[in-house]
Amino acid sequence: MIPSITPTATPRKTALAKFSGHRLLTSPGGLAGAVWLAALVAASLTAPWWLPYKTEDQDFTAVLSGPSAAHWLGADELGRDLLSRIFASAAGTLGTSLITVIVGVGLGTILAMTAAASDRAEGIISRVTEIMMSLPGTVIILAVIGAVGTNIPLIMAILGILISAGIYRVMLGQAKSLQSQLYVDAAKVDGVGTLGISVRHVLPGLMNTVVVQSALIFAVGMLIQAGLAFIGFGPPIPQPSWGGMIQSASQHVYDAPWLMVPSGAVLALTVLSANAIGNALGKSPNAAASHLPSAAIRRKRAADAAAAAAAAPAVENAPAAGQLSVRGLSVGVDGGTPLVTDVTFDVAPGTVLGLVGESGCGKTMTAVSLLGLLPSGVSVTGGQILWNGKNLASATEKDLEGIRGRDIALISQEPMRALDPMFTVGYQLTAAIRRLRKAGKAEARAAALSLLEKVGIVDAQRILKSYPHQISGGMAQRVAIALALSGKPRLLVADEPTTALDVTVQAEILSLLRSLVKDTGMSVVMVTHDLGVVADICDNVAVMYAGQVVEGGRTASILDNPRHPYTLALLAADPHANTAHDMPERLATIKGQVPQPKDWPAGCRFAARCQFAGSACAVPVPLLPSGSEDGEVRCVKADELAVEGLGWLATEVPTHRVLEIVEKDMA
Amino acid sequence: MSIDTVELEDAEAALSAPAMLEVKDLVVRYGHGRKAASAPAAVDGVNFTIRPGETVGLVGESGSGKSTIGKAILGLQKVSGGSVSFQGSDITHANSSRRQELGGELRAVFQDPNSSLNPRKTIGASLAEPLRVRGVAAAEARSRAEDMLERVGLPREAVDRYPSQFSGGQRQRISVARALICEPKLVVCDEAVSALDLSTQAQVLNLLADLRDERGLSYLFIAHDISVVQFLAQRVVVLYRGQIMETGPAAAVTESPKHPFTQALVAASPVPRPAEQAERRKLRESLGVRTAAAVAASAGGCPFSQRCPLATDLCTTERPALRSVGQSGVACHYA
Repeated sequence: MIPSITPTATPRKTALAKFSGHRLLTSPGGLAGAVWLAALVAASLTAPWWLPYKTEDQDFTAVLSGPSAAHWLGADELGRDLLSRIFASAAGTLGTSLITVIVGVGLGTILAMTAAASDRAEGIISRVTEIMMSLPGTVIILAVIGAVGTNIPLIMAILGILISAGIYRVMLGQAKSLQSQLYVDAAKVDGVGTLGISVRHVLPGLMNTVVVQSALIFAVGMLIQAGLAFIGFGPPIPQPSWGGMIQSASQHVYDAPWLMVPSGAVLALTVLSANAIGNALGKSPNAAASHLPSAAIRRKRAADAAAAAAAAPAVENAPAAGQLSVRGLSVGVDGGTPLVTDVTFDVAPGTVLGLVGESGCGKTMTAVSLLGLLPSGVSVTGGQILWNGKNLASATEKDLEGIRGRDIALISQEPMRALDPMFTVGYQLTAAIRRLRKAGKAEARAAALSLLEKVGIVDAQRILKSYPHQISGGMAQRVAIALALSGKPRLLVADEPTTALDVTVQAEILSLLRSLVKDTGMSVVMVTHDLGVVADICDNVAVMYAGQVVEGGRTASILDNPRHPYTLALLAADPHANTAHDMPERLATIKGQVPQPKDWPAGCRFAARCQFAGSACAVPVPLLPSGSEDGEVRCVKADELAVEGLGWLATEVPTHRVLEIVEKDMA
Repeated sequence: MSIDTVELEDAEAALSAPAMLEVKDLVVRYGHGRKAASAPAAVDGVNFTIRPGETVGLVGESGSGKSTIGKAILGLQKVSGGSVSFQGSDITHANSSRRQELGGELRAVFQDPNSSLNPRKTIGASLAEPLRVRGVAAAEARSRAEDMLERVGLPREAVDRYPSQFSGGQRQRISVARALICEPKLVVCDEAVSALDLSTQAQVLNLLADLRDERGLSYLFIAHDISVVQFLAQRVVVLYRGQIMETGPAAAVTESPKHPFTQALVAASPVPRPAEQAERRKLRESLGVRTAAAVAASAGGCPFSQRCPLATDLCTTERPALRSVGQSGVACHYA
């Protein structure tokens, strides 16, 4: 079998999209800024052809006049036309500011890339830039002017050098993180030199910051240039400059206040434009996406779910305390694609249910929906989550807050995420206990200590005083479990709780969970992709594929006697199922990949990848009793497979042999 | 044919063929100057060889130094002591131009398929890079990239796409293609399948096995999962805190581990058969291995002594040498 895979059909990224240009065009401020700057430059460069006056032309009838038909923006103390002078000097001002940008940002970026590539260079460059940043920039520039006169391009270049130290600081962190990417390691293994890596792999990643910083430094350059001209260090006298015009206007601020307006406004607008462009380009594309749904969405979601619950048939008989019954649960993106469809399972008190499957099968979505913690834009679209007879799918946010942490708690894959790095373990644990158990300070501290001992931490006193970064991953997961236990939950939702841990630590955490279930009678919903973990701890298992439960029942009967082809295939692909002696030459594979939710077919969702698929698989398949114990299976061929004792076949022929055969056939 | 005779044949072949890779007394300390001299070694006196066509598995927990060894071999990590030789020549401190001269014979596949390909470059550009730095013309590099993509089971058109358009398993195949495009002799696979789902993991493992058989490749297969390692590796090296605890034929190490740490590691790896797993759990609990302590063991003794159920005073004072036990080498006073 040739594992033929078609790449996911995402539209090809254009160079424009990559270069963040669209962000500029979609932001009104950025767009206005870009239009203003472009118009200013165009007007200034074409000035000799359209301006009504030369910059030195004097009209003595209009000295210090306001706007008039002859002089649209008025005239200055020598009767020179303001409009002409502003536009004639614009290109020079913008051009020399660009020198600062090129020198400052260019030098800063080169320094940052050099420093990121070598620790020794970083030491030297950082010391040098620290000295540069401690130098008084204004004094240096005035000293330069004293020495060489008002050579504006030179002054702006020196300003750029002074600014580059700050740019270096901004860029260094980013350059270092790019330098530590695996693709940089891969390029080094290829034999790409230091310079090649900086130019080909680090610089493209820095481009966004470079563009944003350039826009901001451009504005700074203009302001400083105007400031210098204002104190008399601008271009030689008859030549117009924005700063010089503001300076001369300031001398007539009482007798001709208008004089200040045109040049001041143009300068302010130009600086604002540069900053607006910088802001538009700097906006992170995901800045708006928040983890938690907004209040409005939650309210709407609650109303929708309540309507869905009302439409669903009433609960036949009230379940026992601590019983979780999920009935026909569907979860989907608001306004479209379903992510989980018609999931049904029960978790009795004191039992562990495993939700198992590959990534993209809806395990985590199912698990977090039990706590009402679905991400923004995703909600329960149907079915019921019955907890102690109450339907959590239609519960209000307030009801859920009362249940979360107290009745149902969550532990996640990344234990460090559950812990705030700014506070000690003891502080976080006692705060949770005080909130959830309404306990006093001393009582909470004693409870925290006993909780840590309960999760198998020997030196609990020391751990209480530690910060999260001071403890190991396994210890952090124990603390996260203690945190989850602080509200004495009856149900623990564990989302891949051991995936990030070493196997020896995983075994310890699983033992801990097992003893907690035994001692407290709580139940656990365990999301995992590891069939060995299922075998170790789960009483029941629901195998999920593409948002559906495809097989469910007692763990022993499902893993030892699987009925669904997907379960068969997972077991055959798992190297843990074999010892070194019976290790096959090739592992079984499943061709293709889990389909995207939008591509789910109407019939069996596994059919496209199934070795046993036939025409009967094109219709929707219900979850039916499998006949072994109380198991259920969603496959029309399950009985047939069971009778014939068929297993998922490993591909016997290596792929290169298949290719050879194909090539021979072609020839 | 039993496993033992296979091993004997392998051993005979080893005597005649020169080692593909030889790592001798390798020591790596992080940091610079005085700081490094006082820091505990991340890799502490590691020795092993890889013969032509052989796959050696490097197993250990996080922080055991297994990835550091891989990086030291690839020249991505400065070596503090010892040597690394590739096909008989010393590459311990080789610079990038010297590494370029190795002709792409020493390559790597990294763990994270999301960050091992530059997201801003097309697949074709990433695959062509190792060829381009060796002066292969653009057109030829492109056609070789297309051939290689086809070989790892992806369409030729993939050369013009970006990494974000592929799934994790497909990206890992692309990484394999990138490693193999310039006909390497040895590939360092650093947790090459640990980020993948079961079925894609099986696809990539099969692909690695096929390519090895097809081209006579050697692998250094670094992984935390001993079951994955035993699928591909003929020999296994077990590391703990930078030191070799046990090394030997894969079957011997995984089925009758001699070192208490290897025993704990093997027993902790769960199998997907509930009855057997219950047995293994009992076995693991009966071993009595203690939870990892936050503090490091004393410098002179066995690094595992603080967790070891067999540890005595001797273990905390004297570092056990690697000695022959059956087919394996074991660093334990009581093995």
